[in-house]
Amino acid sequence: MKIGDLTELALRNLREALLRNSLTTLGVCVGVASLVAMLSLGVGLQQFASKRLENSGLFNAVFVYSQSDMQEFRGPRRTGSAATPPLESRPLDESARRDLSRLPNVTEVYPQVRFMTEVRFADNPYPTSVAGVPDSARSDGAFDGMQGRFFSGPNANEAILQSDFAKELSNSPSSLIGKDLVLRYAERQSFSSTNGSSADVGFSVVPHEKQLRIIGIVDTEPEGGFGGFGRSRVFIPLALAEHLSATDVSDLRELVNGNGANRAYSSLTVRLKSATDVQNAENAIKNMGFATFSLLDTTKNLRLFFTVIDLLLGIFGSLALAVATLGIVNTLVMAILERRREIGVFKALGADDRDVRQLFFAEAGVMGLIGGIGGVFLGWLIGRALTLGTNIYLARQSFPPVKISAVPLWLAVGAIAFAVGVSLIAGLYPATRAARLNPVEALRYE
Amino acid sequence: MVRGEENGTAIRAEGVSRHYQMGGSVIRAVDDVSLSIATGEFVALLGSSGSGKSTLLNLIAGLDRPTGGSVFVQNRNLSVLDTHELAQYRSATVGMVFQSFNLLPRMTLEENVELPLRLAEFPRNERKARVDEALKHVHLERRLNHRPNELSGGEQQRAAIARALVNRPSILLADEPTGNLDSSTGEEVMHLLKSFNESLGVTVVMITHERSLANRFAQRILTLADGKLIAETMPDDPRTPAGVLR
Repeated sequence: MKIGDLTELALRNLREALLRNSLTTLGVCVGVASLVAMLSLGVGLQQFASKRLENSGLFNAVFVYSQSDMQEFRGPRRTGSAATPPLESRPLDESARRDLSRLPNVTEVYPQVRFMTEVRFADNPYPTSVAGVPDSARSDGAFDGMQGRFFSGPNANEAILQSDFAKELSNSPSSLIGKDLVLRYAERQSFSSTNGSSADVGFSVVPHEKQLRIIGIVDTEPEGGFGGFGRSRVFIPLALAEHLSATDVSDLRELVNGNGANRAYSSLTVRLKSATDVQNAENAIKNMGFATFSLLDTTKNLRLFFTVIDLLLGIFGSLALAVATLGIVNTLVMAILERRREIGVFKALGADDRDVRQLFFAEAGVMGLIGGIGGVFLGWLIGRALTLGTNIYLARQSFPPVKISAVPLWLAVGAIAFAVGVSLIAGLYPATRAARLNPVEALRYE
Repeated sequence: MVRGEENGTAIRAEGVSRHYQMGGSVIRAVDDVSLSIATGEFVALLGSSGSGKSTLLNLIAGLDRPTGGSVFVQNRNLSVLDTHELAQYRSATVGMVFQSFNLLPRMTLEENVELPLRLAEFPRNERKARVDEALKHVHLERRLNHRPNELSGGEQQRAAIARALVNRPSILLADEPTGNLDSSTGEEVMHLLKSFNESLGVTVVMITHERSLANRFAQRILTLADGKLIAETMPDDPRTPAGVLR
């Protein structure tokens, strides 16, 4: 029989026992909905976590340090050990920054500029830490949801406050936007000795003040306070921060090492186009003689974690679908009993065993298809309802709204295909049984 | 000489048997029957209940397989055909009419008659004309959209005949086609079968209990008893066994 005829006959047969078939299809629908709702939660939470982490800027970044700094960090080398040769240390200076920026897929290279300061506001002093923010943070989502706006330019005399710090400055933090504060910091001014002795090379520290306009307040720390410009409470444009040339802890070390004239960075952040570029970039940077650190392995573990979560959610969701398939088996077996004579007539009129089998398969498949489509829609609705409920709760706790469920196209199509596949498997036994009916006995059946 | 002998043999059975094992005993539903039916012949199978008429008809229809002997239809040995070939044979060569009509109750008349065409994968755009033609032959062209339960018994049987003939088979097998009809309606149906036999040259093998119908419409009467062919007579032949008649 041709597929068009099969489908027509299958739909006709399903319409005839409308209530029973509808209930069976509803069972499939609920099963698929359960599966889709579970997986949509898994996918949604994964997307939520990934977006938060991507916004943190940690996963498409490589943090670069000089080898000597890392050696100090690792501790003293054991004397006489032949395991690792002495590391050839290259200074992490302006030249290194240029070289790093020329690597493939690098979007920007910037230092971590962070220094201690005293903020003066309304004649009161507030000691705190200032961090420079690269201009790219404007579009990478790190400052999403902030009050006010991002910096108007890379050298703008503007500041964004961390909300807790803003609360220290004023009982009404939002009223701070548009007001000015003053940064008091120690500026580093390099000098060289007149006799050319390297021992006399160094810098002086000069107190300075800088007036900045408060333009925004951000709730969470960008980059999660790790490696970048976090753990600070006042954020200013990176170019401005570099221009201020404030002294930081690394200056003292440089001075002790006798490199006071050529300022080296304590670390540089190499930002890449995507997280997939991290591995190659890390290798290239190591070959340049620097030490690196990235969260590549953490990303892999995160993906593994969510894959396991998705798998577990999928298994739980599939349980309802498994129960629904028993409904399909039951419905079709009942249909064989009721339509035994009809099967005999079909065979007497020229139907092959295969025609009968295909007819029952088609009925199972149609139930799976309709149940699958309905289930995806229902699962999507459940996901929306869960998101809505969660956001109502979060709103009461003064948290911003989140999207905790998502039904991507692959999930919708996959769930429908899975429903049809499972239904066909469920129809295997009834269809085979129907096909094997002896036509003579079937025709005698009353 | 009947017309079939002029045109060749349509159906031939050679020592055909159909035995069933039931517990420790063997039921001999058809036992070593040999017969020959000519193309275009109208043959009545006469016999009491349990004589093996329906079993023999099912063997000729390819719905059942013999446990011994062979059935040849148009020189094809049905015993060696696989299930798919038998289905094709039933679709293309034979049409079946049943005592209880066996129309599918949830389909309209038109859909019932169209069913063999669907199974034969007949081109969709030519089906309508075929169905209309078949229903016109049985004078039901105005009842296309009626369901079987909206028709009288005679109309249902006429529809069943249209369904049996829509694929233009060369053999029509009728299992007591008048068994569920009153005498006048039964007569109508018999006239219809006879007309198809004569006008289309369709070979008709009909099971009946009614000797009078067999005498009036069949060209030859085969009488079965206890699974054996006990007589092969011409209509109104006094040698036709009387004990089997209703």
